[in-house]
Amino acid sequence: MKTLVWVEHDTGAIKDATLATVTAASKLGEVHLIVAGSNVGDVAEAATKIAGVGKVHVADDAVYDHVLPEAVAPMIVALMGHHDAFLAPATANGKNIAPRVAALLDVMQISEILSVEGDGSFTRPIYAGNAIATVKSSEAKLVVTVRATGFEKAAREGGSGTIEAVSGTGEANGSSFVGAEISKSERPELTSAKIIVSGGRALQNSENFHTVIEPLADKLGAGVGASRAAVDAGYVPNDYQVGQTGKIVAPEVYIAVGISGAIQHLAGMKDSKTIIAINKDEDAPIFQVADIGLVGDLFKIVPELTGKL
Amino acid sequence: MKVLVPVKRVIDYNVKPRVKMDGTGVDLANVKMSMNPFDEIAVEEAIRLREKGVATEVIVVSIGPAKAQETCRTALAMGADRAILVTTDDTVEPLAVAKILKAIADEEQPGLVILGKQAIDDDSNQTGQMLAALMGRPQGTFASKVEVDGDSVTVTREVDGGLETVKLAMPAIVTTDLRLNEPRYASLPNIMKAKSKPLANKTPADYGVDTTPRIETVKVAEPPKRTAGIKVADVDELVAKLKSMGVAA
Repeated sequence: MKTLVWVEHDTGAIKDATLATVTAASKLGEVHLIVAGSNVGDVAEAATKIAGVGKVHVADDAVYDHVLPEAVAPMIVALMGHHDAFLAPATANGKNIAPRVAALLDVMQISEILSVEGDGSFTRPIYAGNAIATVKSSEAKLVVTVRATGFEKAAREGGSGTIEAVSGTGEANGSSFVGAEISKSERPELTSAKIIVSGGRALQNSENFHTVIEPLADKLGAGVGASRAAVDAGYVPNDYQVGQTGKIVAPEVYIAVGISGAIQHLAGMKDSKTIIAINKDEDAPIFQVADIGLVGDLFKIVPELTGKL
Repeated sequence: MKVLVPVKRVIDYNVKPRVKMDGTGVDLANVKMSMNPFDEIAVEEAIRLREKGVATEVIVVSIGPAKAQETCRTALAMGADRAILVTTDDTVEPLAVAKILKAIADEEQPGLVILGKQAIDDDSNQTGQMLAALMGRPQGTFASKVEVDGDSVTVTREVDGGLETVKLAMPAIVTTDLRLNEPRYASLPNIMKAKSKPLANKTPADYGVDTTPRIETVKVAEPPKRTAGIKVADVDELVAKLKSMGVAA
């Protein structure tokens, strides 16, 4: 089977979610990549080096710069003429493009796979991760989005892919990019951070997030996350949210501070290797999933912890 | 301008889903069902557009069992003008849903179709994008802000790392994210009034759509369970643990 993998990049680096998607694709067959955007020469070059990669299709055109699905989907559909499966990481872009590709191909998509089971079957979470479905597709072509935390990342080095230019230019029929407000941070990105320190509603305000959570995160070189309650209360921006409706993370260590552990939050972090919970309520559900728990006042514990590390 | 809003009847978001013993799915017998929360946000947004004088009519569509009529009535009680109920007892996959919606959009000619970004049962996150593809129209997914200006709509989207804004020529497809608005509760007089609002009964066959599933669910299982670990007494003990894990020097 020939697979085509969407390369998620920010014109400089290839995102980790792509590497996990390459691993998923390699379980199905031959792995080809598609890199789109203007000035993506370096990204395409880096893509050829990913372990196990064959052809790297490059659509070098400014029309693809902001990954508008109206332009990108038809270009992918054309490439699917000689591929059997399209896989995209389940990122905001992947989720935006893949169903559009699937509908144009008249096939049903399989969303957010956790594993490849062979013989056209996959596992995927349903009901906010409260159940895991094994599903099997009988479609002529597969369209799949991949939950990055379910797969090891393919090595960035060791491959010897070849670059092939995609001919023709696309058109973003009826859609245009206006602008973006992407938060800049020195800290590691949540979906690829090895350690995450997350705060909940118990932090009480935005100021406490800066003075309590951030120093601990910086000491550990960790990413900063938050529960939906903390985001809804306006303590931190939306993109901090870990949970079923926010980011799905699986770091080596997840430190939950003042987070009770609502189902929707657990769905976003329960695949973390080690979970540490700090909460004053000893009956908080977070302790039922935590490997290490400490009951007490976070305003005393966290600064003390930061000081002693 | 008409606004079309599809609504799905799903397990209530406060109910913890239980996997059936025989592994065929999630037990929905005697479980509270409600409108998918993202769809409620879509209904609210459409009603606000009508209240602002931007939209003239809000039409809701539900595809599902006969009981999905309740979901239609809920949307009508919130303020939608009329409903279309497409009845089927089969599981209808997003692609088939998109095909039915496309046929309805061809008849109704809405300027906007506003959908929830995903349903909280199958968590597919596909229908809006698929509908946009089938209609050959632009899409603004995961919206946190929607502003109509003449014949275009500006949509602010929640993306990885922040927000992105796109401008779409209408007719356009918008899917809602959590923070677009806070849906209103239906008042008792409006619940009474909703009972007499028009509701058209249809079937997938009326739109010529084959709803035979393309994806087979082989089994449904409980996720692997984490078990509670240990509790440490104080910060010193936690620091020692972190050091032994190699997290801190």
